[in-house]
Amino acid sequence: MPGPSTGSTGPSTGPLREVAIVAFGQSDHVRSSAETSEVEMLMPVLHDVLSRTGLKAGDIDFTCSGSSDYLAGRAFSFTMALDGVGAWPPISESHVEMDGAWALYEAWVTLLTGEAETALVYAYGKSSPGDLREVLTRQLDPYYLAPLWPDSVALAALQAQALIDAGLTDERALAGIATRSRTAAEVNPHAQLRGAVPAGDHLVAPLRTGDCPPIGDGAAAVVLAAGDTARRLCDRPAWIRGLDHRIEAHALGVRDLTDSPSTRLAAERAGYFARPVDTAELHAPFTSQEVVLRRALALDGPDAAGVRINPSGGALAANPVMAAGLIRLGEAAARIQRGESDRALAHATSGPCLQQNLVAVLEGEAR
Amino acid sequence: MPDILTAPLVVEFPFTRSLGPVQSAFLTGLRERTVLGVKASDGRVVVPPAEYDPVTAEEIRELVEVGTAGTVTTWAWNPTPRRGQPLTTPFAWVLVRLDGADTALLHALDAPGPDAVRTGMRVRIRWAAERTGAITDISCFEPDQGTGGDGHTREPVAHDGQFPDALTGITAPARLDYTYSPGAAQSRYIQALADRRTLGERCPACRKVYVPPRGACPTCGVATGPQVEVGPRGTVTTFCIVNIKARNLDIDVPYVYAHIALDGADLALHARIGGIPYDQVRMGLRVEPVWTEGSPFPEHYRPTGEPDADYDSYKELI
Repeated sequence: MPGPSTGSTGPSTGPLREVAIVAFGQSDHVRSSAETSEVEMLMPVLHDVLSRTGLKAGDIDFTCSGSSDYLAGRAFSFTMALDGVGAWPPISESHVEMDGAWALYEAWVTLLTGEAETALVYAYGKSSPGDLREVLTRQLDPYYLAPLWPDSVALAALQAQALIDAGLTDERALAGIATRSRTAAEVNPHAQLRGAVPAGDHLVAPLRTGDCPPIGDGAAAVVLAAGDTARRLCDRPAWIRGLDHRIEAHALGVRDLTDSPSTRLAAERAGYFARPVDTAELHAPFTSQEVVLRRALALDGPDAAGVRINPSGGALAANPVMAAGLIRLGEAAARIQRGESDRALAHATSGPCLQQNLVAVLEGEAR
Repeated sequence: MPDILTAPLVVEFPFTRSLGPVQSAFLTGLRERTVLGVKASDGRVVVPPAEYDPVTAEEIRELVEVGTAGTVTTWAWNPTPRRGQPLTTPFAWVLVRLDGADTALLHALDAPGPDAVRTGMRVRIRWAAERTGAITDISCFEPDQGTGGDGHTREPVAHDGQFPDALTGITAPARLDYTYSPGAAQSRYIQALADRRTLGERCPACRKVYVPPRGACPTCGVATGPQVEVGPRGTVTTFCIVNIKARNLDIDVPYVYAHIALDGADLALHARIGGIPYDQVRMGLRVEPVWTEGSPFPEHYRPTGEPDADYDSYKELI
């Protein structure tokens, strides 16, 4: 892949263009937001990120969003949200039926080509209208899996048991991940679950309620900008040094569920292994998935002792489906902007058992 | 803040899906109590079979028959079965590597409790009494106490994939239940309709009045604010003549469907025009709503008898 990826597996062509995250905003994440429509939930977040940069909706060159009609239960539901970005007169706009992290990828590529100088990326998900565990079964293979209605917790639990059988974790270690995440979320005013959360009963064993993410509604948005525009809009832009996403076979029985080669490859192509990071925002909705990601990203052991993992609380504290991955990129960028990080990894996932994975490496300029 | 309206919303669809040669052979085979896999380019036997190699993505179709018993590779205990799942009593989700296969198949295992399940245990297929050629022809798995299966092969055996009356497609029904909420702006709009009032909302920036309001001004990207009662009368800005009767719709064709700019609104809404022959409807026609008892919205619009509106008065709303 041409571009700023400087992974060791391909020749580096050097960055075509520097692109940075210059603003990030998110809603409070709540169990139900029935009092607002999608666009009503989204608008304050859009206004927030635009006001941080001083831009108006009409100043944005390219807009890209991520959401899913299956959450709303209505076809083309995302078109209604477009009212919130001022889509008249016509704007340059695109949508991915995925987590907003993949919308950010599309926006990043658009900026790299020089077609745009600024981009607005947003994502939202309201899980409250439906039954999320049933809704997510509809993303599965329709011939062999979907007719059995295996829900998202059940599939994650199969992966958790595979990890336990392999001696890579146990229920106590998983509970520790949950506690660390939700304790970190005590300083995150947007989080849905904070502080001591009981491990609870088995939802689908070996996963307990405490190992699973809250189900909730929420939205997030970021503004991207290129080169000097980014420097003008932000005191310390979070430069995207590399960004890559990879996918694995959809058939769970073909994969080694204890490993995530797609995360490792995406991280390699994003340049993650070239130098240590100080922050890692991992999109691991289930505690067991953090175990897989830490192995894929070599985040265990003395070399990674200084890496702060999910200081936001991660998806175990707030998991608005379709926005939670974009939030990982936003949280990592915000830490760089605040001067709390110099080099950060952000990861997003989609699909059952970490099927698809996106990795970004973000850096602030030397101070 | 108005009371927020909610209503049940059911999305139900019977997806009809085609089968290629590999999936057709596999699902037809299940109907005949035969489990087929496919050989990948590295020699692995993939069960359930894919039409493409999981590594190289090349097309594969060399079918083999595998056993109906196998080994659990991982599992998860499901204490509260949900709608549509294979068993209604607590069960284990299992990935099972059938004898002769190199990959695992997901299904349910009928076991008395989690203590009776472990990775590595031997299980065998329990066939559904009535089989149609679907993954649910496997009713579930059940523990297999070392009998080595039911006589079927432990080594993969070449199979031509041919069966009488092979399936070419499946119908996959799906149903999801939602509670729909239209949010604040549309709740206000619908509640006003109950009083036979049509409520728009004004954009605080560009001053346009939107009806029905959706909570945001698509030009300015800001929340619409003050509520404005519009109509009841309006002007036909454009229209079409419908000549084909829609299913479940008790309206004689041809009839006219029109965009109507209600007085005071900056956006036209659409409705049926009645009370006038279809070929006499015209742009500029002045109309008013006709309410029927119990209807939550105007049944149709009819001419008011006023002179037609000037083109200039509605040209921005076409």
